[in-house]
Amino acid sequence: MPATQEKKEVAKEHPSGDPRFKMIDRALKRCHYQQDSLIEVLHTAQETFGYLTEDLLIYVAQQLKLPPSWVYGVATFYHFFSMKPQGEHTCVVCLGTACYVKRAGEVVNLIKAEFSLEPGKTTADGQLSLVTARCVGSCGLAPVVVLDGTIVGKETPEQSLERVKKLVKSGSGSEAKLQEAKTS
Amino acid sequence: MSVVTLTINDELVSAQAEQTLLEAIREQGIDLPTLCHMDGLSDKGGCRLCMVEMTNNNNRLVPACVTKVQEGQSIRTESDKLTNYRKMIIELLLSERNHICAVCVMNGHCELQNLAAHLGVNHVRYEYVVPDLPMDASHERFVQDHNRCILCMRCVRVCHEVEGAHNWDVMGRGVNSLVIADLNKPWGSSRSCTGCGKCVQVCPTGALSKKGSTVAEMVKHHDFLGWIMNGREKNIWEYR
Amino acid sequence: MNRPELQAMAEQELERQKKFRCRVMCCTSTACVSSGANSLYETLKPKLEKLKEDVEFVPTGCMGLCGRGPLMTVQLQGQEPVIYENVTPELALEILDKHILAHKPTPIKDKVLPNDWPFFTKQTRVVLANSGAVDPERLEDYVSRGGYSALAHALREMTPRDVCHELIDSGLRGRGGAGFPTGLKWNMVRKAAGDRKYVVANGDEGDPGAYMDRTLMESDPHRVLEGMAIAGYAVGAEQGYVYVRGEYPLAIKRLEKAIRAAERKGLLGSRVMESGFNFRIDIRIGAGAFVCGEETALMASIMGKRGQPVIRPPYPAESGLWGCPTLINNVETYGNITPIINQGAAWYSQIGTAKSKGTKIFALTGNVINSGLIEVPMGITLREIVFDIGGGMVPGRTYKAAQTGGPSGGCIPTEHLDTPVDYESLKALGSMMGSGGLIVMDNTTCMPNIAKFFMEFCMDESCGKCVPCRVGTMQMHRLLEHITNGSATEDDLKRLEELCLLVRDTSLCGLGNSSPNPILSTLRYFRHEYEAHIREHKCLAGECNITEVPVLELAEIKHKTVEVS
Repeated sequence: MPATQEKKEVAKEHPSGDPRFKMIDRALKRCHYQQDSLIEVLHTAQETFGYLTEDLLIYVAQQLKLPPSWVYGVATFYHFFSMKPQGEHTCVVCLGTACYVKRAGEVVNLIKAEFSLEPGKTTADGQLSLVTARCVGSCGLAPVVVLDGTIVGKETPEQSLERVKKLVKSGSGSEAKLQEAKTS
Repeated sequence: MSVVTLTINDELVSAQAEQTLLEAIREQGIDLPTLCHMDGLSDKGGCRLCMVEMTNNNNRLVPACVTKVQEGQSIRTESDKLTNYRKMIIELLLSERNHICAVCVMNGHCELQNLAAHLGVNHVRYEYVVPDLPMDASHERFVQDHNRCILCMRCVRVCHEVEGAHNWDVMGRGVNSLVIADLNKPWGSSRSCTGCGKCVQVCPTGALSKKGSTVAEMVKHHDFLGWIMNGREKNIWEYR
Repeated sequence: MNRPELQAMAEQELERQKKFRCRVMCCTSTACVSSGANSLYETLKPKLEKLKEDVEFVPTGCMGLCGRGPLMTVQLQGQEPVIYENVTPELALEILDKHILAHKPTPIKDKVLPNDWPFFTKQTRVVLANSGAVDPERLEDYVSRGGYSALAHALREMTPRDVCHELIDSGLRGRGGAGFPTGLKWNMVRKAAGDRKYVVANGDEGDPGAYMDRTLMESDPHRVLEGMAIAGYAVGAEQGYVYVRGEYPLAIKRLEKAIRAAERKGLLGSRVMESGFNFRIDIRIGAGAFVCGEETALMASIMGKRGQPVIRPPYPAESGLWGCPTLINNVETYGNITPIINQGAAWYSQIGTAKSKGTKIFALTGNVINSGLIEVPMGITLREIVFDIGGGMVPGRTYKAAQTGGPSGGCIPTEHLDTPVDYESLKALGSMMGSGGLIVMDNTTCMPNIAKFFMEFCMDESCGKCVPCRVGTMQMHRLLEHITNGSATEDDLKRLEELCLLVRDTSLCGLGNSSPNPILSTLRYFRHEYEAHIREHKCLAGECNITEVPVLELAEIKHKTVEVS
């Protein structure tokens, strides 16, 4: 219970010394530690860490002086924020209306069957995350699949499945990513 | 404070200008069902049971708890349509989670159960969703049961507005909303909870209850809210 | 920067552009980029390096025909522009050789989109006038086409009251869907008491199948900013927010760039164009919640909270962001401001119908041949949109319905194809203008299934605050699931209709109120399809998989077992 606890100064930076927290500190400073900027800060946090960990949420709550349940409530309200690490590769299938009438549902079903994967989940080996989206705004190209950030459109469900298979087989870009992480 | 005149169920009545329709209606001794409203807490207008018809505006439905009275307003609190809608809302609530009165700590004292009986809900037209929801008995004195929660947010509001602890908030959205403590942690481990028990007392159903109570044993009192609010704001404590 | 300086900038830029013999414009909006527009530039770059003095390569915004991208426009000095479709790197090189560099320029005929094509001639591009013609990342290009002159004019020659009244006279109505008169709204905020006021542009285009706002922000960001600045001046606000969906990274990037460029030149920020007017614009990024398109939820989101709507009144015009009077308009509405100020209310109100003025941008998608972004005058018939601009159905298929207004709207069947498209007519048909998604469905689409799709969307996007929307949408979705898999009864249909009315009448916000619309409108025009699913366990469009044991047979089996025993 905070009331009975000794007064502790909230640390000005994260104790772990993880350099990534510097990015969050910068965002906090830019927003003058305003409580209104919670969503902005969470955006930065997710960009920096890939997903929102508990540790991260507590840090943000402490810095903005907000109750933890408040921060958790906001983070789970918006579908953009993820509390789980994403797979090596992500496949986003657009299920907007235009894509839907062009049978995007079949694309999801094929991928689901091939990798025995439910939308919103990641395969056990952490290779592939399947996500469904509500319109990515490229309706002219329906049905649209976004593979690791690249938009691919106007393909049959079978072609899309082939692409995903190829992507997963291309294996882990993890080495390259590690390299990238080290150098940056 | 100025006074306005309005028509409630074909009778001319007067009310204070700052009052809500709900206050004006209840002042007349008219019964209007509510679930999320509670005297002493802010209104959120979420349960939609207190909808009334504005007969001076095309019979448009407005929630009485958050609509201010207006001069010349004319409203109706009862009609076949309203009764049917209220019944449907209760049925929707009953279908949403697992409201099994026979084994509930609040059986006999539950606001949802009482309303259902009062409105004559004798069966539910909709499919029971039967979600698989957990119970949290980690707190030393209280129990939280998501199966009985109707998301009225009284607990969230009382914790924020009266106790000032903001232990509770809501995670997720839509039908997946859950009332959570801290970072979705067991209640017992929450560091923001002061253990005051206000949330338990204001909860209309068996979602929050005292540990150790068995079927039908839990009775709740929320007059403490008036005691606290009057004391805090007016320095008046009416001991009865 | 003051007015003469602005003019000088425009002239300088025009002078610069005149030097080139040819202007090659390539669409770099999201749709064309995903069809490979970036590789065009990579291919042409080494060649164009050598022709720097001669040919200008301009990355532009959307040209409209997104389904046939990448699109490229070649404009030789003094000639009509020629638009190429499906431009591959090889084709780009061929165009360079035969069209741009050859002594006798010969366009590659079969890849050219004809200028007299109904897709282009039936459109009236007012808001999208610059889209596809200017480089969205260069302020100079926008200024050379009259950019920021409307702001200069308003600041110098109009009072805030004049601006509001000009808008009232123009008849412009909100493009977010509800169609509230924009001028009246501005006037309300102008008159509202308060030291601090805010201007918000709603770019949270969550409606699946719509991407007008995205395109406008990507293709012509300065137009939106200028519209907002004029709004700020008219209502007396010093701070504006553009709320953009997180799913639109390119739009965010270009808006950021545009804001910085405008601030550097003194077109935004403190003392705008050396006047006494200050106006800052900040971007707020949405995080994936359709309900945030609702204005009160959007404001909650800007203030860092869960995007749950609150009850109106009070309306944002009286008490919005942080309790201050707030003007909220759709991005497209702001796109209409500069032409009205520049060319006058009288000119603007000539376009459109008696009650709906101006033009409307639609994202025409679904089962039509030409899908893309179109801007048409209000009052055009749906038939003209679908069959002339859209090119009709794929051969062998027939038109069934068009859905406007997305999950809040309804469908329009064949018999109403000749209805003029305006706010009132669409509403009378049980649909709505909406933000501008227009999805065409042909005979292979099952209407109950489409209704189920929209209901699933509404269920996922319900914020959970009020009971009818939170539980009602889920129960409606369940009932539709039973109907589409053939296990529903006549009672279920009755229950569904009742629920529609409850949710429509008692929900807290617009999302809930309008969520039953797709069901109500498909029931109105395609009731027989619902009945076929229920009575004959048949999907007339052949889309639904009816495999479960129908209830009727269960009853028969039961009956038989009774007989046996």
